[in-house]
Amino acid sequence: MEPVTTTSYIVLGIALFMLLNSAALAVYAERRVAAFIQNRWGPNRVGPYGLFQPIADVVKLLLKEDVTPARGFKTIHAIAPMIPVFTALMTVAVIPFGDGLYATDINSGVLYILAINSLGVYGITLGGWASNSKYSLLGGLRAAAQMISYELPMGLAVASCILFAGSLSFIDVVNSQEVWWNVIRNPIAAVIFIVTAFAEANRTPFDLPEAEHELVGGYHTEYSSMKFGMFFLAEYMHVVVGSMLITTFFFGGYHLPFAGLWLPEMGVTAKAILDVSVFVLKTVFFAFLFIWVRWTIPRFKYNQVMKLGWKRLLPISIFNFLGLAVIVYFWHHYIA
Amino acid sequence: MITYIFVFLAVLAVASALAMVISKNTVNSALFLVLNMVSLAGLFLLLKAQFLAVIQILVYAGAIMVLFLFVIMLLNVEDEESLFSRFRVKYFVAFLVGIAVFSQLLYSIGSFSEMLPEVAPEMTEAGTVEAVGEVLYSQYLLPFHIIALLLTAAVNGALMIAQHKIKPGASND
Repeated sequence: MEPVTTTSYIVLGIALFMLLNSAALAVYAERRVAAFIQNRWGPNRVGPYGLFQPIADVVKLLLKEDVTPARGFKTIHAIAPMIPVFTALMTVAVIPFGDGLYATDINSGVLYILAINSLGVYGITLGGWASNSKYSLLGGLRAAAQMISYELPMGLAVASCILFAGSLSFIDVVNSQEVWWNVIRNPIAAVIFIVTAFAEANRTPFDLPEAEHELVGGYHTEYSSMKFGMFFLAEYMHVVVGSMLITTFFFGGYHLPFAGLWLPEMGVTAKAILDVSVFVLKTVFFAFLFIWVRWTIPRFKYNQVMKLGWKRLLPISIFNFLGLAVIVYFWHHYIA
Repeated sequence: MITYIFVFLAVLAVASALAMVISKNTVNSALFLVLNMVSLAGLFLLLKAQFLAVIQILVYAGAIMVLFLFVIMLLNVEDEESLFSRFRVKYFVAFLVGIAVFSQLLYSIGSFSEMLPEVAPEMTEAGTVEAVGEVLYSQYLLPFHIIALLLTAAVNGALMIAQHKIKPGASND
């Protein structure tokens, strides 16, 4: 582990600030894009183009009455919404935003991301349980089952990227894609990772935990005011974090396509600006993809979700991993 | 600084382990176990064993305990009878005594900085993924394969039990 420098603190501060604000922007973007897809206007009254709508929403949420179910578990009910927010914020610690622009480079960064991701499910499950309501409990249980099922293909898809990088550090994963992005070398895992990222963020078509036509509001049925706001914030932060991870693992991180072949040497500042803009643009595109899919594809049935996870994605990801491992082994030992 | 972090994590680990045993509510017990595992992961980090710390959270806190919670919530286990009577004054006195003891502890530790031995530089290298993998796939290859076989057998057993069909007509109660 390298010593912590001032750059680390600056990058971490800016990244956390951007991530918190990106959730508000993602809510606004979701409503505008949804309106565009459904051929209506969307929120356009508060401020220019309705840009101040998220602020109005937050003020509304803060001013609302905070209701706790009388027979629920008050402590856990209060703690649960914080967990997904924390786990989403903790992920930015290891993501590289540019050449040398990262908070920390830990030796097992990829495993760290998977570990933090797997803790996020506690928030939703406990929130559903502590509400003491059938709908909430069912939503929470669905979330737990779904996230456990999709963690395995996600882990294997990530593992097949590690084969090319030869290291579990995010810096090495990104640097290994300087010429060839992983989406070109490893398209099957890319598709699997994007699908599982949707499932882990509980977004349509995997939003079974909050399916409103059968479960009212799912795990957040009994939540109101800013506690609901935290769940809401966490969902959109997970969309942004998911987009960052897709970018980092499969779309070259901050590298332009085939950058190693044609990109000339640049000054430190120019390179930093270019890297961060490339990274942010890719992240924005994938956040848009999350929204685009939500307003295009209908929700799965629950048995379809389980079948897709265990009978399709898991075997495909295992065979993809094994095949790539064999190919990479022979490539290193006999050809290159 | 490291001493304080160590004391905090150690107290948290012991307290959460105790709370897990004492707690009346099964879900609370499971959550205290999660807290215990997270604090243990922190202790591993202090010993520079990054890989072990991450795996502790990924496997135990992230996967196994979620399944535990899942089962507990589905079965809706009733609250166990309390080991201690609900007596408010007792809690209050216990709280005060706890604060007194804890502040004494902190005071005495604060003046004694050499409590934790320095982690040797070669130890730092031993905790990385590469080092663990290298040892696991050379020196401990046989135990590793035996454990893999054992786990595969256990998974097969679980599948057998799960797919065991209840004979039609047989009474199910």
